[in-house]
Amino acid sequence: MKAKVIVTLKKSILDPQGSAVERSLKTMGYPVDSVRIGKFMEVTLAEANKAKAEEVMDEICRKLLANPVIEDYFFELEG
Amino acid sequence: MKIGIVRFPGSNCDIDCLEAWRVMGEEPKLIWHQETSVQGFDLIVLPGGFSYGDYLRTGAIARFSPIMNDVIRFAKEGGLVWGICNGFQILTECGLLPGALLRNAGLHFICSPQYLRVENNKLAFTNCYEQGQVIQIPISHGEGNYTIDDDGLKALQDNGQIVFRYVTPEGEASAEGNPNGSRDNIAGIVNKKGNVLGMMPHPERVVEEITGGVDGKGMFLSILKAWEGRV
Repeated sequence: MKAKVIVTLKKSILDPQGSAVERSLKTMGYPVDSVRIGKFMEVTLAEANKAKAEEVMDEICRKLLANPVIEDYFFELEG
Repeated sequence: MKIGIVRFPGSNCDIDCLEAWRVMGEEPKLIWHQETSVQGFDLIVLPGGFSYGDYLRTGAIARFSPIMNDVIRFAKEGGLVWGICNGFQILTECGLLPGALLRNAGLHFICSPQYLRVENNKLAFTNCYEQGQVIQIPISHGEGNYTIDDDGLKALQDNGQIVFRYVTPEGEASAEGNPNGSRDNIAGIVNKKGNVLGMMPHPERVVEEITGGVDGKGMFLSILKAWEGRV
């Protein structure tokens, strides 16, 4: 089973990288309101049971892939 | 004093720490991150650098190194743990210290001398400084922007856990004196018990005049004094 994980900085946390890209896009003349930068990860799990895979992924995200102090995470299972 | 300096793949201030302790007359041991015990040590130093290439987040992978389980046990039993720069990032990742370190507000890696104000001199790490003393210790980081939520910040302030603040040469903890956007100009904090300290600046780089100053020496002297007082 495959998991697609998205990790983003919490809304309350300033994202200086996103702000820099936002300014650049505005300079280029695009109608952009804001940009936030996050991470995308793909994890292939050796687990066929969807409920179990979900449990494992949640734990993996909390423990390592995201830092709950500053980040939110979201994942989708496939296959 | 039995001092252990943990070396992770990508640590690059481990030898600086070793040399600084030698200047103080101590002979520390390097501990490889694959080891599993810090038994017998009086102080564990987590040095600066780029452990695991800063992959994922700074300190995130080092935090799960085999040695860290025992460092956490050691810290919880009251052992002295001193995290500098990447060491501070590892300490927040493993939860021994609250908050987190983000990309510098200006996005640049900053390597420069920096003024700090000593905000708590009653600690094993700072007892040789005056309260409010302004010292100059270099910073060298891309992710030193300390962040913490409102409740966490209030707890740090109320418990005297803020040890160093970034200040102007005049000692003002203003936006002007803040190099990286850290909340409340925080440069270093300690846990509630006072035995685990994390800081972004590098005191090990300023213990001899030849490297530009000796303002970092006070931390080494403080630790020795605290340790001698205990034995």
